[in-house]
Amino acid sequence: MNAFSSSKASGKKLALFLLLTPFALHLFFLILLPHLEILNISLRERVSYGIYKFSLMNYEAFFTEPLYWRTFLRTAVMSILTTAITLIVAFPVAWYIAKVVRGRTKGLLFLACLIPFWVSELVRTYGWMILLRETGVISNLLQWAGLAVGPVEMLYNDATVMLGLVYTSMLFMVVPLVSTLDGMDDSLVEAAYDLGGNGWNALREVVIPYAMPGIVSGCIVVFMLSLGNYLTPILLGGKDSLWFTDQIFTQFITRFNWEQGAAFGVLLLILSSLIVWLGLKLSRQSFSETMGR
Amino acid sequence: MISSIPQSRAFRGTYNAYIALFFLFLIAPLLVVAVFSFNDSLFPSLPWMGGTLDWYFSDTPERQGLFHDDAILESMVTSLLVATGVTVLSVLLALSNAFLFERHDFKGKSFLYSLMLVPLVIPGVILGISVLAFGSNIANNVEDNWGIYLDFLRPGLVMVILGQFAFISTICTLVISARLRKFDIQLEEAALNLGASRFDVFRTITLPWLRPAIVGSAIVAFLMSFENFNTTLILVGSDAPLTITMFDRLRQGATPVLNAVSVLLMVVSGLLALISVFVQRKEPGQ
Repeated sequence: MNAFSSSKASGKKLALFLLLTPFALHLFFLILLPHLEILNISLRERVSYGIYKFSLMNYEAFFTEPLYWRTFLRTAVMSILTTAITLIVAFPVAWYIAKVVRGRTKGLLFLACLIPFWVSELVRTYGWMILLRETGVISNLLQWAGLAVGPVEMLYNDATVMLGLVYTSMLFMVVPLVSTLDGMDDSLVEAAYDLGGNGWNALREVVIPYAMPGIVSGCIVVFMLSLGNYLTPILLGGKDSLWFTDQIFTQFITRFNWEQGAAFGVLLLILSSLIVWLGLKLSRQSFSETMGR
Repeated sequence: MISSIPQSRAFRGTYNAYIALFFLFLIAPLLVVAVFSFNDSLFPSLPWMGGTLDWYFSDTPERQGLFHDDAILESMVTSLLVATGVTVLSVLLALSNAFLFERHDFKGKSFLYSLMLVPLVIPGVILGISVLAFGSNIANNVEDNWGIYLDFLRPGLVMVILGQFAFISTICTLVISARLRKFDIQLEEAALNLGASRFDVFRTITLPWLRPAIVGSAIVAFLMSFENFNTTLILVGSDAPLTITMFDRLRQGATPVLNAVSVLLMVVSGLLALISVFVQRKEPGQ
């Protein structure tokens, strides 16, 4: 090896080192170590000021106190339902944008899907509050149309919380669906019809298998966002919304019981990782490909 | 459906109606927020009392318009500060990460790449509490052992910036990497052959190619930071960014001044969206 190429190789090494440093600093100090810290806190019990011992007490509390695990279960089930509803609502829209309209309209409709998500979630939720509350727009409309006698309160129930979550997650379902459906060759569907299939057969045997990567990545992101959401359940569900992130917040910030809050955080993280893993496993996709889209 | 496949009129009609309803669903909450900011009433609800600009410009005790509401204006400045910090940090790290993953090969690269994506699947509240706990732990240790007070590791703006930076940088990395991947490396080689230095090549060839992605990711980072709520709520100290102030107001009972703030946010986001569309469209090489 001559001097020139070895200096080039060492230059390359130096560059690699310089690029790895910020990456590693970020990864260790903002992601890995903080989460290990949470795990550590969740596994200890406060004996007296500044003295702790190892204990599974915080996890025991979760399983023995019905409020805790029921809230956890409820959050998980409602997030799954939200994901399913979002998929069902978004699919026809994604199909319309990808396959029915062409040219300028297509671009415009796609952009129209994105616009609401440039606005803060707080503003969007506030909009739903104005629409749905007792003195709100829809209540007034119903009374005006003679469909209701008095004011109707539509806030502070589970259906409204899910409506808010579906609304807030819509973009993350529509975009991956449109991008996978866009790549599908129309002749595949035509072939399904030529072979004697009807619309339902074509959808089930051709379109859905083809769109699977988009469906999975959309579902994973929507599920994660619903599970980790705090604002929408609190504002639309009121005090009794019983969302698990609210439990974490209460323990950590209001009660200053970091040990319990950390245990809840670890449990939520385990649940979400599990579901993501399951989704990837069932659809045989890799994490990097699905998230890196 | 696909044009070559015949569909009944009824099906088409229903389908079009569904799409129309969907877009109504998307736009309705934003529309009512905007409309009620002009309602001449103390509450953001019906009945409609006529139009007014009071909730923007008025300065009376019972109607303090947006531009006279000091708490809101102050928290806007706070949000701007935080968002600027997050944007600068995120774009710089994203640039570095993009070159790391697109231009270098090393052991464990795909594993590290997956780790880099992890922040995308961590709920914001959990990211918040873990950064908070870790910061406090370091601050406590330093305080106990050396008697130095590291106040920036306690809840406050620095922690808000760090917490948001933790996951926003990942999104920026994805945007910039995607652009760098499409770059034709021969352009750099040609310039090097013609005698340009590494730095000149980067400045005159690679960087201009990346510009749309850099501007785009900066806009996304800025907006995400400005609008972030979950992570911010956990890490916030005494200076509240805008979303926190608005949330507190909402819980106390909203006045139309919140609608006015929302309209301002919509206008600014809309402008930023237009800029990013414009920048992407002017991509060199397209």
